[in-house]
Amino acid sequence: MQVPLSAYLILSAFLFLVGVVGVATRRNALIIFMCIELMLNAVNLTFLAFARFLNSMNGQIVVFFVMVVAAAEVAVGLAIIIAIYRNRETMDVADLNLLKW
Amino acid sequence: MEIALFAGFALVAAVAAVLVVIQRHAVYSALYLVIAMVALAGIYVLLEGYFIWIIQIIVYAGAIMVLFLFVIMLLDIPQEDVLWARRDWGQIVAAAALSLVLLVEMVLAVGRGALRGAQAAPASAQDFGTTLTVGRMLFTDYLFPFEITSVILLVAMVGALVLAKRQFK
Repeated sequence: MQVPLSAYLILSAFLFLVGVVGVATRRNALIIFMCIELMLNAVNLTFLAFARFLNSMNGQIVVFFVMVVAAAEVAVGLAIIIAIYRNRETMDVADLNLLKW
Repeated sequence: MEIALFAGFALVAAVAAVLVVIQRHAVYSALYLVIAMVALAGIYVLLEGYFIWIIQIIVYAGAIMVLFLFVIMLLDIPQEDVLWARRDWGQIVAAAALSLVLLVEMVLAVGRGALRGAQAAPASAQDFGTTLTVGRMLFTDYLFPFEITSVILLVAMVGALVLAKRQFK
C-alpha cells in the first residue's frame, strides 16, 4: 500500500500554514525568519512529491536551487538582524517602525 | 510499512512545526525546527529524493540551523509574551483573518484537485533521485542556472560580511 499524493500535499499545506501563522503572530525577527524557513521546506516537500508522482527529476533540481537561495537568504538576513540589533538594541519587529508613516 | 513511516515522520514534523511557533524562547524554536527538518528529510527518502535528503540534513539541519543558533547565542534575546497576552487586537484579528483565508484556500485546492487525480506513484527508474542523476542534470540541462547560483552565493557572502562587520570610526 502506497502513500497517496494527497497525503504529502496535505502535510505540506499544514506546514506552510503553520509558518504563515508564525510570521503573522510572532514579534521576534529571528523566529519570523525561522517560520519563513519552515514555509520554504513545505514548498520543497510539494516539489518533491510532484517530482515523484510525475516521474520527473526536474522538481528535485528546483528543490536544489531553492535550498541554495535559502542558504544565501539566511546568511544575508541574519547579518541584517545583527546589524539592526547593534544599532537599535532590539529584535522586536514592532519597534522597527522608522519607515512607518 | 511505507504508510507507517510516512505517518511517523509526518506526525513528528507537524508537531515540531507547531512547537516552533508557540515556544517563547528562540533557542527552543530553533531546536524544534531542527527536529522538523530532520523529519522532513525522512519523508524526502520516501519520495526517492536521495540527494536532496542528504543536502537537507547537511545544509538545512546542519549549516543553516547552526547559523541561527550562533546568532541567538551572540545576541541577548528576551522572552516574548504570547500573542493573546499582549492584547494587540489589531494583530490578532489580522493574523486570524490571514490564516483563515489561507486555510480555506488550501482546503479547497487540495480537496478539489489533489484528492481526485491519480494517486498511485508510477514506477520510478533505478537511478531516480540519486546524486549521479541530479549531478548529470545540473551540468547539462541546468548548467546556466547552476553557474548563476555560484554568483548568488558569492554576493551573499560578501553582503553578509559587509553588513555584519563592526564599523570602526
